[in-house]
Amino acid sequence: MNQFQYVQPTKQKAAIEALVKNANAQFIAGGTNLLDLMKHGIVAPEKLVDINKLPLKKISHENSSLRIGALALNSEVADNKLVLAKQPLLAQALNAGASGQLRNMATMGGNILQRTRCPYFYDIALPCNKREPGSGCSALAGFNRMHAIFGYSDKCIAVHPSDMSVALAALDVTVVVAGPQGERQILFTDLHRLPGDQPEKDTTLTRGELILDIIIPDTPFAQQVHYLKVRDRASYAFALVSVAAALATQNNIITAARLAMGGVAHKPWRLSETEKSLVGKPVSEKTFQEAAEIAMRGAQAFTHNAYKLKLAPNILVEALKTAAGIA
Amino acid sequence: MSIDKNAGNNQPAAENNNGLPNEDRRTFLKKTSAVVALALTPPTVLKAASMDEKIAAAFEQVKITLNINGNRHKLAVEPRVTLLDLLREDLKLTGTKKGCDYGQCGACTVHVNGQRVLACLSLAVMQDGKKITTIEGLAAGEKLHPMQEAFIKHDGLQCGYCTPGQIMSAVACVREGQANSEGQIREYMSGNICRCGAYPNIVNAILEVKNGGQKV
Ligand SMILES: Cc1cc2nc3c(=O)[nH]c(=O)nc-3n(C[C@H](O)[C@H](O)[C@H](O)COP(=O)(O)OP(=O)(O)OC[C@H]3O[C@@H](n4cnc5c(N)ncnc54)[C@H](O)[C@@H]3O)c2cc1C
Ligand code: FES
Ligand code: FES
Repeated sequence: MNQFQYVQPTKQKAAIEALVKNANAQFIAGGTNLLDLMKHGIVAPEKLVDINKLPLKKISHENSSLRIGALALNSEVADNKLVLAKQPLLAQALNAGASGQLRNMATMGGNILQRTRCPYFYDIALPCNKREPGSGCSALAGFNRMHAIFGYSDKCIAVHPSDMSVALAALDVTVVVAGPQGERQILFTDLHRLPGDQPEKDTTLTRGELILDIIIPDTPFAQQVHYLKVRDRASYAFALVSVAAALATQNNIITAARLAMGGVAHKPWRLSETEKSLVGKPVSEKTFQEAAEIAMRGAQAFTHNAYKLKLAPNILVEALKTAAGIA
Repeated sequence: MSIDKNAGNNQPAAENNNGLPNEDRRTFLKKTSAVVALALTPPTVLKAASMDEKIAAAFEQVKITLNINGNRHKLAVEPRVTLLDLLREDLKLTGTKKGCDYGQCGACTVHVNGQRVLACLSLAVMQDGKKITTIEGLAAGEKLHPMQEAFIKHDGLQCGYCTPGQIMSAVACVREGQANSEGQIREYMSGNICRCGAYPNIVNAILEVKNGGQKV
């Protein structure tokens, strides 16, 4: 790891200023993604701004929403009584990620902003537009088993690795951030971007912006939920494909639905069209099969990931069945 | 070394250092290494330069206090040193193992303020004031911890390389209340990889401790 300076500000303003002043400074929270990237030589910040002294750990329920501080640990959130009662989908997605040790270190903000696990992003000897803009995408004609089937560009076909973010994409979440220009709120689904011509940019955050809180509103679809993740081994592996499903039903008729997929795109892939198509339909395997067809429209695979075209709709159907209680 | 202690004071919370501002210090460090890099420098200059390097090194050290296995350690560490390297290289507590160094195997599992974490993905400077327990601190004097006893009884190891991490993780797993069945243990112990495949015996050891109801 390269040398770097270390500061631990106690004031939000100082933390943000430290990033604005130094283009090579970076926030560190749990460090489980950033230190990994630094050890691999993928990033080399000159200065680490440790944000752990900022008061951003609180989990509360007010104004019909759950509010979770950016520094709340993944394990704390997954075990929290309010979270389990109000948003069980979030707890399920958190527990599907990483390991007991890592969840004790990883924070909400860091989890959202973790970077791709594309093997070419990690291999600093090979071209990667995300790591080194303009160098090319090695995955296009390379080993692309883990890669995207939706929303990619000819510059980048990497996927976002976070499980938790898939659940957040489904739950109509808002993210509160603070930057040099003050605070603003961003819809979670607008936070991550598609690669387009700038795959080096994962998000729409601007320089120095700090995630403060995430806000999850109470909704009618918060209780009939399921997070289903398929991976290469039973546990402790990133998703090949995952689905977050949330339903509201009345007399066996679907009144609202929320769906997002992981492991298929550069950002958590929200399925708005599919959600709309479900409303008014009866809870049945047939309904869910039809939904899966809609969900997969426009999907296109590469040499090694055509299996996702079959796996993804199957997982979607299973997740919906489990959420609806007919699995 | 005779350095003005305040000149390069790099305390963790020091956004406004009372000595050189951070950016100046960075430039200073860069210049210093440039000087050292000059190949044909006369010996006297070289000597002065390497002295500068020492001062520079001191500037970069951060003072921290850790409680490790019940002992207070006052340390000065470079920001880039991981808790794992600090334990193994500086304090010679080599019970904690380095398997992958990238968070993938669990061999480096220790407890920080009672929670299991990976020492290879933790910076030592970020642990200031915390309480660390390693495998060396688990036994009560000569008396092994019940989890250590159970691993021996059930042959929960072959080569033993993953074992300190397995045991630290297992103790935490029971404390967290995540060791109620074989399935749950396998899920919540999945962050600890065993190349020798001692998993069935590890699970049995944990089940025995859990079902024995002793305080762990
Ligand atoms: C072996 C291994 C397996 C894993 N498996 C999974 C898995 O199966 N599923 C999964 O979802 N994840 C997995 N992870 C990833 C893990 O979830 C992330 O590393 C973790 O969530 C990152 O959180 P952190 O607090 O440690 O982030 P850090 O490493 O501290 O930070 C990550 C990034 O976020 C930025 N940042 C952090 N907090 C803020 C904030 N509040 N505001 C602005 N910027 C911020 C940092 O600057 C940095 O760029 C795995 C990781 C490892 C090492
Ligand atoms: S050495 Fe830390 S997880 Fe492998
Ligand atoms: S006992 Fe050899 S790696 Fe686990």
